[in-house]
Amino acid sequence: MTDYEKNIWEILETVCDPEIPVLSVVDLGVVRKVDLEKDKELTVTITPTYSGCPAQIVMEANIRKALSHLKEKVDVKTVLSPAWTTDWLTENGKKKLKDFGIAPPEDDFSEIKLFRKHAAVHCPKCDSTDTTEISAFGSTACKALYKCNSCNEPFEYFKCHR
Amino acid sequence: MASNKTLLTYTLRQADDSMILGQRLSEWCGHGPILEEDIAITNIALDHVGQANNFYDYAAELSGDGKTADDFAYLRLEHEYTNLILVEQPNGHYGDTIARQFLFDAFQKLYFEQLIHSKDEQLAAIAEKSLKETKYHVRHSSEWVIRMGDGTEVSHEKIQTSINNLWKYTEELFYMDEVDEELIKEGIAVDLEKLREPWLAYVTEVLTQATLTVPTISWKFAKGRKGIHSENMGFLLTEMQYMQRAYPNMKW
Repeated sequence: MTDYEKNIWEILETVCDPEIPVLSVVDLGVVRKVDLEKDKELTVTITPTYSGCPAQIVMEANIRKALSHLKEKVDVKTVLSPAWTTDWLTENGKKKLKDFGIAPPEDDFSEIKLFRKHAAVHCPKCDSTDTTEISAFGSTACKALYKCNSCNEPFEYFKCHR
Repeated sequence: MASNKTLLTYTLRQADDSMILGQRLSEWCGHGPILEEDIAITNIALDHVGQANNFYDYAAELSGDGKTADDFAYLRLEHEYTNLILVEQPNGHYGDTIARQFLFDAFQKLYFEQLIHSKDEQLAAIAEKSLKETKYHVRHSSEWVIRMGDGTEVSHEKIQTSINNLWKYTEELFYMDEVDEELIKEGIAVDLEKLREPWLAYVTEVLTQATLTVPTISWKFAKGRKGIHSENMGFLLTEMQYMQRAYPNMKW
């Protein structure tokens, strides 16, 4: 990686998810590729987390803005495949989520099993695994609502998406 | 090779299913029976609208005449929408909404699982993206069908009536015409006839667990794909298109 490319990724680290401001677009795994081949053009390829994620448009605009001083033309391209997965969250991203009070993904939702028993999600406050899912859907598409039975803290869980 | 027009027709059918169902579900915003369900059903609405947006974007690209996703979503007339009659049915009580969602989710999951293998790269990509979300949907609606069916006498009777009332619209899930036939030959479209059996098997499994009866009588009401809708559609569009009709070309 050239210094110039490194610089671009460093700038991208400063572009945040407007709905979870502790995460950058890099932590979130939505930046798939930075393309420098053409002389005057810089292309950043991103992928949406969920189909209807309203933060996507904002992230796209902010990436363009953050890089605008580098090149005359910054192109942000959206691809749908391969589809985003929480496996692309960086380790640093998961740590930031936990510090922010959102439990990072650790369970797997990909199998449809009705009334399944959830794998224990760790409470982001006290680390207890004695937690209960209140709703599989939360304030944003990517989160579920949980509560901790040990410290009574209600919290959000960044659900595993595969 | 299939013409762009055929592919456009096919893409719009999928877009319209997601859009109209998303619009219906969004009517629950702020009116859910409990807070968690208000959040759940509007999250699901958002997924459907997002999926519709991806299909409409592709439709805009295929049409090649400068139309945008918004033009397709908001500026067509009723007979130009080609969604299934099932998805435009009114929300009714929460059991009606869950029954409609369950019958459709069970189908859409099977549909996306096949569309992933489409030779059309963009349709395959949208399917791959959407399938992950549809899995949450089918789990949510199936669990509620079971809770209501296997709940109290009142909830059992209500959800059974909801399923019975909507059953007549399920035949259309497997409707195919020359558009499908042409695209199936090219490995682009899904052969819906092959989904019939697994759909019925899954629906039967859940309804049985819910102590409900699988309705047997079905008559065909399958004109949605040709743009002929139930009376409900006009009312839905009136609300959905209001802003674009009142303030033409407005943008967020």
